[in-house]
Amino acid sequence: MAEVTFKIYRYKPGAIDPPRYDTYRVSIEPHTTVLDVLEHLRLDDPTLTYRHSCHHGSCGTCGMLVNGKEVLACVTRVADLKTDTVVIEPLRHQPLISDLVVDMTPFFEKYEPVGMPYIRESEYLPHSQPPEEVGAYTRFENCLECGLCLSACPVVGSDPDYLGPAALAAAARVVQEPRGQDVPTVLAMVDTEEGCWRCHAAMECSEVCPNDVDPGGLIMFLRRELLTGTSRSGGKR
Amino acid sequence: MNAEEYRRPAPRLPAPQAKEWLAFSKRGVGGWAFLLHRLTGLVLVFYLFLHLAVLSALARGPQAYQAMLAFMDSPLIVALEVGLIATIAFHALNGIRLVLMGFGVGVRAHKALFWVAFVLAAGLTALAALAMF
Ligand code: HEM
Ligand code: SF4
Ligand code: SF4
Ligand code: FES
Repeated sequence: MAEVTFKIYRYKPGAIDPPRYDTYRVSIEPHTTVLDVLEHLRLDDPTLTYRHSCHHGSCGTCGMLVNGKEVLACVTRVADLKTDTVVIEPLRHQPLISDLVVDMTPFFEKYEPVGMPYIRESEYLPHSQPPEEVGAYTRFENCLECGLCLSACPVVGSDPDYLGPAALAAAARVVQEPRGQDVPTVLAMVDTEEGCWRCHAAMECSEVCPNDVDPGGLIMFLRRELLTGTSRSGGKR
Repeated sequence: MNAEEYRRPAPRLPAPQAKEWLAFSKRGVGGWAFLLHRLTGLVLVFYLFLHLAVLSALARGPQAYQAMLAFMDSPLIVALEVGLIATIAFHALNGIRLVLMGFGVGVRAHKALFWVAFVLAAGLTALAALAMF
C-alpha cells in the first residue's frame, strides 16, 4: 500500500470561483483506480463532483485529465501512473459546470450536422458470425461518446465550430456502413471548412481514444472518400 | 416534459484560444508534427518576405547587390541559411506525409512516417551544411 498525493481541480460557479486545487493524501492498493479515489474522497466531501456510471470503461462518462492526459478514470490505475503526485482536472474545450464535470451538450450537438443520430438502429445481420480468426478485424463502432478526443484536439481548442473528431468518426461510420442512411448527403455534410478539412492530422484524438476508434484515421478516410470517390456505397462526385 | 422543452440553450464554449496550438505539455508524435509544421510554415512565410527584401537590393543597382552578397557570406548568415534548409526540408517532407495521409495512405504508420521525414530532413541539412562550410 502506497500513499499518493492527489491535486484535484475544484470549481463551483459563485462558490469556488476562481478555481483552485485541493490536495489530498490517499493510500492506494495495486488495483485502485482514479475513480475509486474520487469515490473514496467523496465520502468525506460530498461536494466533490465528477461523472461516472459503469465503472468498466463502457459508458464513457468518466473522462477527465489525469496528469494532463485524457483518460477514463475508471480504468486508470493509480499505480500505473508511477507518480507520487496525481493531478486531476476536467476535460478541456468543453464548458465547465462544477469540479470535474463538463457540459457535454456541445459535444452531442456536433453529431447533428453530420446526420448521425445519437442512437443507431441495431440489426441482426445473419452473415455477421465472426470467423475464428476474429483478431484480424478492427471494430469501428466503438465510440463511447466520452469526449476525450475533443479535449485532446488542438484544433477543437482554437475553433469551437469545428465538427471535431468524434462526430467526424461517426460520419465516417455512416459512409462505411450506411444502414439505410444517405451516404452522399453525409459526405456533403463533412465536405466543409469546419468538417473534415479543418483537421490538421495531429492525431492526438486517436492517441487518447480509449477504444481505438481512431477518429484521426477515420477523418483521413473521409478525405480519401471525398478526393477519390471510391466509396462502394456511393459518394461519387 | 417532452424533449423539446427539456432542451437547454447551448452553453457557451470556452473562448477559442490560439494558444491551444502551443499547449506543449502532453503532445504525442502527431501533435509535435503538427506544431513543427505550423511553425516551419510560418518561418517560411517570413522568409519569403525577407527574400524579397534582399532581392530588392538588385533594384538599387549592381553595387548595392554586391555589397549584399558580401554580407551574405558571413558565418552567421550561412548558419541561418542552414537553419532555413532544415526548415524547408522538414516542412516539405512532412508536407508530403500530410498529403499522403489525406489520401488515406500510411495513416496508421503516421508516427514512423514522421520520423522518416524528420531523419531525412536532418540528413539533408547535414549534407547541405557540409557543402556550405
Ligand atoms: C515542398 C513544398 C511544400 C509542401 C509539400 C508543403 C505542404 C504543406 C501542407 C500539406 C500543409 C498543410 C498542413 C496541415 O494541414 O496542417 C502546409 C501548410 C502550410 N505551409 Fe507548406 N508546404 C510546402 C512549402 C511551403 C512554403 C514554401 C511555405 C511558405 C512560403 C509554406 C507555408 C505553409 C504555411 C504557413 C502553412 C500553414 C501551417 C498551419 O496551418 O499549421 N509551405 N504545407
Ligand atoms: S472517438 Fe474515442 S475518444 Fe472520441 S468520443 Fe469516441 S470513444 Fe471517446
Ligand atoms: S487528427 Fe484532426 S481531429 Fe484528431 S486531434 Fe488532430 S486535428 Fe484534431
Ligand atoms: S465509468 Fe463508465 S467509462 Fe468510466
